[in-house]
Amino acid sequence: MGASQSGPVHMFQDLAYKTGFSIEQIKNLHNRFIYLTQAEDTLRREHLENVSDLALNPIRRQIIEAFFDKRNMGEKEKGCLQEIGFEEFVTVLSFFRPPKPHTVDEEMKNIKKEKLRFLFNMHDTDNDGIITLDEYRRVVEELLSSYEIMGAETAKAITDAAMLEVASVTVGQMGPDEFYEGITFEQFMQILKDVEIETKMNIHFWNLDTRTVQCGK
Amino acid sequence: MKMKMKVLLLLGCCCGLVCAGQNRSDPRDQRLFPVLSINYDYVQMPFEVSLWILLASLMKLGFHLLPVLSGVVPESCLLIVVGLLVGGLIRVMGKNPPVLDSQLFFLCLLPPIILDAGYFLPIRPFTENAGTILTFAVLGTLWNVFFMGAVLYGACRLEAGRLASVDLLSCLLFGSIVSAVDPVAVLAVFEEIHINELLHILVFGESLLNDAVTVVLYHLFEEFAHAGEVTVGDVFLGVVCFFVVALGGVMVGGVYGVLAAFTSRFTSHTRVIEPLFVFLYSYMAYLSAEVFHLSGIMALIACGVVMRPYVEANISHKSYTTIKYFLKMWSSVSETLIFIFLGVSTVAGPHAWNWTFVSITIVLCLLSRVLGVVGLTYIINKYRMVKLSGKDQFIVAYGGLRGAIAFSLAFLLSSDDFPMKDMFLTAIITVIFFTVFVQGMTIRPLVELLAVKKKKQTKCSINEEIHTQFLEHLLAGIEGVCGHYGHHHWRHKLDRFNKRYIRRCLIGGERSQEPQLVSFYNKMELKQALMLLESNSSANLSTGDTAAAPRQRSRKTLNISKEREDEIRKILRANLQKTRQRLRSYSRHTLMPDAEDEDWSETRLRKQRLQMERRMSHFLTVPAHRGSPPARRARVESDSPALAARPSILFSLADERWESRGRKPSVKFALDVEEQKLPRCVSDPGADQLLEEEDENIRHRH
Repeated sequence: MGASQSGPVHMFQDLAYKTGFSIEQIKNLHNRFIYLTQAEDTLRREHLENVSDLALNPIRRQIIEAFFDKRNMGEKEKGCLQEIGFEEFVTVLSFFRPPKPHTVDEEMKNIKKEKLRFLFNMHDTDNDGIITLDEYRRVVEELLSSYEIMGAETAKAITDAAMLEVASVTVGQMGPDEFYEGITFEQFMQILKDVEIETKMNIHFWNLDTRTVQCGK
Repeated sequence: MKMKMKVLLLLGCCCGLVCAGQNRSDPRDQRLFPVLSINYDYVQMPFEVSLWILLASLMKLGFHLLPVLSGVVPESCLLIVVGLLVGGLIRVMGKNPPVLDSQLFFLCLLPPIILDAGYFLPIRPFTENAGTILTFAVLGTLWNVFFMGAVLYGACRLEAGRLASVDLLSCLLFGSIVSAVDPVAVLAVFEEIHINELLHILVFGESLLNDAVTVVLYHLFEEFAHAGEVTVGDVFLGVVCFFVVALGGVMVGGVYGVLAAFTSRFTSHTRVIEPLFVFLYSYMAYLSAEVFHLSGIMALIACGVVMRPYVEANISHKSYTTIKYFLKMWSSVSETLIFIFLGVSTVAGPHAWNWTFVSITIVLCLLSRVLGVVGLTYIINKYRMVKLSGKDQFIVAYGGLRGAIAFSLAFLLSSDDFPMKDMFLTAIITVIFFTVFVQGMTIRPLVELLAVKKKKQTKCSINEEIHTQFLEHLLAGIEGVCGHYGHHHWRHKLDRFNKRYIRRCLIGGERSQEPQLVSFYNKMELKQALMLLESNSSANLSTGDTAAAPRQRSRKTLNISKEREDEIRKILRANLQKTRQRLRSYSRHTLMPDAEDEDWSETRLRKQRLQMERRMSHFLTVPAHRGSPPARRARVESDSPALAARPSILFSLADERWESRGRKPSVKFALDVEEQKLPRCVSDPGADQLLEEEDENIRHRH
């Protein structure tokens, strides 16, 4: 690429500082990034769609979209990018970094909030800050999409029940004139507070070199 | 009619007496015909067994009537004390109290407890922590054995005197018997303290899996002691033996589990004997493993774990309830009997007390356990995402209780090879007493003191379930993007394999295609439907608006007035035509194949769809209409909001699929009573009228 030796290292250190990964992990992710993009500079949707593991995943569309969602990049903007660089790639993946040991409770709460925000953004596809019935229904349909015989009725029923549950838990008794628009982020946090996201939504970023892993095509 | 009955009864009595008299009278002499005679020998064995079991059950009953006592002292302690008393009583009467026969223990008393534990093992936390559990079970136990054996040998050498004859092999054997954490004791104590799932599964899983290590080491050292000398080749064979025992046990269990699952596929016409298959296959797995000296416990666990998802999909929910209650009943009785017998055996002796040996043993048990746990956790934490804190380690170390398995293993030793057998037995009993009494009693206040996280109340939430599944897929996907095959990736692959091939074979009918989310939803639906009925009968129609709407989903307490209840019952009784059909036959050969299920599906699908539309409109789309009378609207709102939301449209799907299939309620919900209520309420005219009126209103609005 022609960059000097100190350039990437400096960038890695910045990224490590920003995202909390170690230098080793950043280097491995960089290798992976290069593998996915086939030595191009930026990652596009087609590159991710080529990953064979994702092909069998029922929610692959949402996973791929999450990488290109501006809200996950730490900016206040909304919308989608068409292609991302390595920095955005690592930023998205940092949502899945396990919390360091000896993290104080306050920090844990923040981490949990961030992870829940990531999930919320995945569901809220039209960026209006509310998960509406339709958006939720699409989520459930995708989850059930790997079972061929399930009709739309099932997803509808489950979604309805889920939404009603959220309504009943967060809003409680509603007056005769109110109706429930959708799940806001606070309500989302409330209904999932028992799931212990901060310990579950993590994957291991080994300090091993993943270059040798034959994955993809 | 009455006269006939009386005459028949009289005749019957006379016949009985005559036969009784004839069986017992001596044909030789012509003495008077004995109307009443005693023949105890004929029934002695079953009589005594029943008496013991009855005693055990009465004790259990007694403890729960004294809440003060059972709050402080764990049940296992009380039972041992009872055993001591009973043993003392028998000794005072001059007879020798029975000792816990090892064969009885291993073949009759232990399997129900293990099967109960294995069948209801929470799989997800188990597999997530499998590495940790295995490390503790295998490496921890090995460390305990060798550390204890070596130090004990050293102490015996130093002590001289009576202990001089104890050689290294005996010490090692003693170490292997006494260092294994006992599942029965752990279950007995941990059940009462309700700690969080992670710690529970760590200690409990370890106690189950270390059986393989214990079995191998025990047989190994016993063989060596018998043979007299040890070679390197023998040691190597010992290591191989371990793998054979562990993996062989699991394989045997797995094979029987698959057989059980396959058999349950065809039981739709013989629902009555379904539970029997589960029990028999599991017991056969245990016995088959024991034949080859494989680990019977691991076989039993593997059998239960493998067969459970498939069997539960196939059997009716009555069978499921039967299995659950029988397992709980048997395991409960077994546990009680084990602890009582421990007490009795203590009184029976023979004992050879040696202060040094016993005290060193107890100290060493604690020390080696603590060192082992701390050391292993240090290594394990490098590979865990959720590290084990100091508090966790303390509980894991402190929860390593010893129990009856150690005692029975020691009892099986032959006195010829081990002249110190009595001393060993005494030491083991002391260790067991110490761990059960001291550690068992103090663990609860310590848990409170250290503020260890308790078990969460599991709320059945469809949102949580959706998101748990979503997370699984998400994490598997991200792992795919990152390119390394982690835990989630393999689990994903296993799920796919399971869905595509295994479920097709082992689950009958259309249920094999049902996704987990849907079955979870059904389970929840069932529970909510029954709760809805329960709360319907208690809802106060006039105070709906003022009824406090709890933000959490709290269960509504039944405080209906007597008159209200009678009213409701009158309405229901007037519509009992469906119930009559169901009560037609009591003969077990013509048991109706779950007639309720069909009625449920047909009538409820209509009703629930309408209810659903009503509530949907109320909450989600257009604001509810205003013109409805307050009483009816109050009824809608008076249902606790959480309950107002659960119709099950799912029944409307593919109706033919739901013929004679059982529903699987959440485990903690007792369906027996409510089930009777459900069919009656289906034909409740009140609810239907309500729906029709609402339906009209909805149509007007649109």
